[in-house]
Amino acid sequence: MNVNGKALKYGDNVDTDVIIPARYLNTSDKKELAAHCMEDIDKDFVKKVKQGDIMVAGKNFGCGSSREHAPIAIKESGISLIIAQSFARIFYRNSINIGLPIVECEAAANEINESDSVEMNFETGVIKNLTTGKEYQSEPFPAFIQSIIEAGGLVSAVKSGKF
Amino acid sequence: MSKMTMTQKILAFHAGLESVTAGQLILANVDMVLGNDITSPVAINEFERLGTGRVFDKKRVSLVMDHFVPNKDIKAAEQTKKCRIFADDMGIENFYDCGETGVEHALLPEKGLVTAGDIVIGADSHTCTYGALGAFSTGVGSTDMACGMATGKAWFKVPEAIKFVLTGKPKGWVGGKDVILHIIGLIGVDGALYKSMEFTGDGVKNLTVSDRLCIANMAIEAGAKNGIFEVDEQTIAFLEEVGAKKPVVYKADEDAVYEREIVIDLSKIEPTVAFPHLPENARTFDAIGDIKIDQVVIGSCTNGRLEDFIIAADIMRGKKVAKNVRTIVIPATQKIYLECMQLGLLKDFIEAGAAVSTPTCGPCLGGHMGILAKGERAVSTTNRNFVGRMGHPESEVYLASPAVAAASAITGKISRPEEVAGDKD
Ligand code: SF4
Repeated sequence: MNVNGKALKYGDNVDTDVIIPARYLNTSDKKELAAHCMEDIDKDFVKKVKQGDIMVAGKNFGCGSSREHAPIAIKESGISLIIAQSFARIFYRNSINIGLPIVECEAAANEINESDSVEMNFETGVIKNLTTGKEYQSEPFPAFIQSIIEAGGLVSAVKSGKF
Repeated sequence: MSKMTMTQKILAFHAGLESVTAGQLILANVDMVLGNDITSPVAINEFERLGTGRVFDKKRVSLVMDHFVPNKDIKAAEQTKKCRIFADDMGIENFYDCGETGVEHALLPEKGLVTAGDIVIGADSHTCTYGALGAFSTGVGSTDMACGMATGKAWFKVPEAIKFVLTGKPKGWVGGKDVILHIIGLIGVDGALYKSMEFTGDGVKNLTVSDRLCIANMAIEAGAKNGIFEVDEQTIAFLEEVGAKKPVVYKADEDAVYEREIVIDLSKIEPTVAFPHLPENARTFDAIGDIKIDQVVIGSCTNGRLEDFIIAADIMRGKKVAKNVRTIVIPATQKIYLECMQLGLLKDFIEAGAAVSTPTCGPCLGGHMGILAKGERAVSTTNRNFVGRMGHPESEVYLASPAVAAASAITGKISRPEEVAGDKD
């Protein structure tokens, strides 16, 4: 599977309070959550994001609250992949569990610039910056996690008797 | 040959394995699955997709309505209603709503729902609090919660651990909050990313169970998967008092492998404040300066227990809060509220000019009951000071102990407890 989109770039320690502020957590409606995605860190995010775009960030992305509303809002807004130096662990789990692909790759996270055109192949783990022509090799998912992703998320994996 | 940390031993036992090593992926049985009024509605949707029609164990699911309780608006009321109907349908015994409820991580230990050796998963990041009681507990998302409710299981990657050897005794007004802010300042908000923080050493006995709950609560603020304390007589006495299940005590193997070891001399720790907008921005009073404040919040799962209010009342008793400093006191559970009343602490707070609220997370997450306007500053005993956490994206939160928060309420600027109440006897 391949994803391909424009990069939207953020810094270190992007927390779930800025991804989706608590004042919007009185709903679990995906569309409503997506309408306020990244509002406190990037007011224009909702206007500029396009289906398939790729988020690129520094270290400890998604730290803070365990709210699954955060990866849900990002996924629903159209983001197809997040590349970061590292992720906060609950955010990492939640993204896998809801089927939002996320990958740790320090060099790619550092070197990709805002608006670069980026492509990733999930089978090989290769990330390609089409704007600069540079390629990066990321660690492929462990088999256990791959089986969750292949099943289409944790709920489907449990349903299909994999657990 | 086991060479396991405390956490690894608990995980191995619950996965039915003789031993586990860091990095291994396991499927483990869990003893308790927790959710709140924000995360449970999402989990209920996922649970319904699973189609099992029943929870794995009616006694081992806890639904605690705390974030927007008493319901702050129509949407919040709908979310709570959804949880209430679900709890009824499933026969879930531990459903707590307005009038019985409390902030989840204060409530579960108080109700005896967690014991040493347990695995607890909760769809709330501060689920790591119960490590104070020798449990492996960790925050997960709503999907994990849904699958946990259905199957009684969860997947984990076995973490490596950082060993914190605590020595000495905290002095004066210094408490658990100062200790954990000091540690996060030392290692950073991702200093323990994916790892366990294991607290051992002679100094542990000089920390009350309440201090330990506060410290374990903020393990997530260092990125940790869990924080866990070695069980001692104080832990056992606490568990007996609340009527928890019989504890199972796991000790790390002598030759357990740690990623690193950090020695913390508790007697050297000073009152510590975390500046906006990250808990790692820890400063002591030699580097704080004159910072005027608009609001003080004393409460939350970090510092909303009886011991915290005793300290705050000792500082505020007979004094008045500074003009224009809104001071909001929120006992974390109904029981704590009642005990504060019986000890006369609520009177102390009210006479000092503070507002006292029924248990709720409220302002801690910028939900309700004390939201900050643009440019305003709060000193808060909560655990996060991210951008917009307590209100406007341009407001500021300074994290501190109940002693510092109470002193600051009186002076109107971030202040040392000694400045207001002298040395602690
Ligand atoms: S008091 Fe604050 S940190 Fe604790 S559970 Fe409530 S919102 Fe979360």
